[in-house]
Amino acid sequence: MSEVIERIEQQLNSHPVVLFMKGSPDFPMCGFSGQVAQALKNCGVEFGYVNILEDQEVREELKAYSNWPTYPQLYVNGELVGGCDIVVQMYESGELKPMLEQAAA
Amino acid sequence: MTPEAIREMIESHLPDARIQVAGDDGVHFQALVVSDAFEGKPVLSRHRMVYDALGERMGGEVHALSLKTLTPAEHQRAN
Repeated sequence: MSEVIERIEQQLNSHPVVLFMKGSPDFPMCGFSGQVAQALKNCGVEFGYVNILEDQEVREELKAYSNWPTYPQLYVNGELVGGCDIVVQMYESGELKPMLEQAAA
Repeated sequence: MTPEAIREMIESHLPDARIQVAGDDGVHFQALVVSDAFEGKPVLSRHRMVYDALGERMGGEVHALSLKTLTPAEHQRAN
């Protein structure tokens, strides 16, 4: 296994809810990443994050690993939930919060 | 990239689809894709099907493509 994949898997295992984003939840560098971080904050559940702008190897490799071409990417228990459209839609429909709470429990 | 170019690429992958693409800055787009091919598939898979149509352009030339992916029945219910 390559070193980058190992790093990705460590990051995925670092927290039940992990957001790979541009920037940080407090200082998002992209509107889509900001929207997802805000939705997670509004759910009141703790989450981990990886700023992919600070790790170009992970930024490239994760796209192939997850078969998902853009950021942000939200993972719950190591599984890709989706990008901005999917997460925001789940937040608005009320599905996101119980899913996150269950994962964090 | 133009919305029309994106529409054509999606159409070549999903020939039955009804597709609307908007976006005027050349890198951020929104698309509505209505296709029978989405039947029985979760939204994650549906988005992947559309992203696949754009190949390497997605995340490169096309910075973001905001998607609504519906089956014809879902689209009818939504309107």
